[in-house]
Amino acid sequence: MSQPVYRLKSVTKRYDLREVLRIDHLEVSAGEILALVGPSGSGKSTCLRLLNFLEAPTSGIICFEGCDYGSNGSVPLDVRRRVTTVFQRPLLLNRSVQGNVAYGLRLRRAPDQQERVDEALSRVGLLALARQKGATLSGGEAQRVALARAMALDTDVLLLDEPTANLDPYNVGVIEEIIRELNRERATTMVLVTHNIFQARRLADRVGLLLDGELVEVADVERFFEDPADPRTLAFARGEMVY
Amino acid sequence: MGGLRQALTLILRHDPALWEIVRLTFEVSGVALFFSSLIGIPLGAFLGMRRFRARRLVISALYTGMGFPPVVIGLLVYMLLSRSGPLGQIEGDLIPRLFTPAAMMVAQTIISFPLVAGFTMAAVMGVEPHLRQQIRALGATPMQTAWAVLMEARVGVVVSVIAGFGSIISEVGAVMLVGGNIVGRTRVLTTAIVLETRKGNFELASALGIILLGLSFIVNVTMMLMQGKSFDQ
Ligand SMILES: Nc1ncnc2c1ncn2[C@@H]1O[C@H](COP(=O)(O)OP(=O)(O)OP(=O)(O)O)[C@@H](O)[C@H]1O
Ligand SMILES: [Mg+2]
Repeated sequence: MSQPVYRLKSVTKRYDLREVLRIDHLEVSAGEILALVGPSGSGKSTCLRLLNFLEAPTSGIICFEGCDYGSNGSVPLDVRRRVTTVFQRPLLLNRSVQGNVAYGLRLRRAPDQQERVDEALSRVGLLALARQKGATLSGGEAQRVALARAMALDTDVLLLDEPTANLDPYNVGVIEEIIRELNRERATTMVLVTHNIFQARRLADRVGLLLDGELVEVADVERFFEDPADPRTLAFARGEMVY
Repeated sequence: MGGLRQALTLILRHDPALWEIVRLTFEVSGVALFFSSLIGIPLGAFLGMRRFRARRLVISALYTGMGFPPVVIGLLVYMLLSRSGPLGQIEGDLIPRLFTPAAMMVAQTIISFPLVAGFTMAAVMGVEPHLRQQIRALGATPMQTAWAVLMEARVGVVVSVIAGFGSIISEVGAVMLVGGNIVGRTRVLTTAIVLETRKGNFELASALGIILLGLSFIVNVTMMLMQGKSFDQ
């Protein structure tokens, strides 16, 4: 693997004095797919918010491509724009589907906006709905629009928070294929949060387990499922974890 | 009925004195609405989106401003601008003088901006808070985020401007005090209605009332059409 995109050092996040995330050390390599798994409330989405610089850590350092960002420093816009997220509960703007997908491109004054919007929409199979209002979409359609609007930006890093949670099995397959393609064609670095350990296994190069905000173990996918270092990982991977 | 007929006659006759009153009414309220939107919309957006220490205090002050009797604001502006008042003593062209349209604009701006700000704040707070985060994740600056949220809340923002307009177009007390109802200089529709009613010219007063009603209806419909307009590319 090449040089790390992210390097997290002693990162913690507290809300009202309650610590919800503690990561002593984590690296994300360029071009890899890292899956984060863990029970509900274990801090997965919080971790993605920190990686997208939407919130600053309470303490510790997030090193992104060689630059350190701590608990108070603001992150420059051009750095922030190299990362984007597909959220667990995607919210669309009150405008057309193509208006939603074009939004991030318009902010960047990107060239070839229409082509990129059309390309992203046809990948998720929603080109036909380009002119429909965002508010009128079904849950699964909205989730695919959220993937399209993130994908259209062609960021270096794509953070995916349960991107297939609202989808039927066919569309799960479609989205997983898109994730693979993006990773292969554009070498997009991805952090994928999922409840579905089978999905983690299908897509990820490496898998990390979060329990109660603590990063228990990160390992190559084979290792994670076959021969984990931590007994809690084994229990989680076998579905034996009680939570 | 007599009022309606006379209103139509007045309009059709192109009475220059009437048109002067109508023009001034819209000039004063238009300028005031422009400035109260300029202050009120950003203020409302800020209060709706940011958390800071004095926020509750500022919001309480705003609520007070929303219900403040306009005539009291007229009185305050009067005292401020009068010869012996703190601003009235200062020389210079930038200070509005009492009994001028500028003084009326100042009073109307103060009357309406809390309404614009208050309704804008409510509209902005009605936008799903997580949406802001998702807009930022798409690469928006704080200004771009605020703009996008205002766009989401645009129905409420237009209502805030309509409410601000309604509060000043129909207002009498303050414009009477600071304007003085001087014919050809500071006479607007509401003060003209008061005057004509006092003189016993009920038909003319009703005609002016109907014109005021009709014009503010047209303005409100125009603003509502703006509301419905799609903001897509
Ligand atoms: N803004 C906030 N204020 C207070 N507590 C928060 C906030 N955001 C998250 N939390 C808490 O932090 C913990 C971790 O939340 P997070 O959303 O990261 O979990 P998650 O692993 O994504 O869970 P899920 O799988 O259910 O989505 C939870 O206990 C949550 O209640
Ligand atoms: Mg989550």
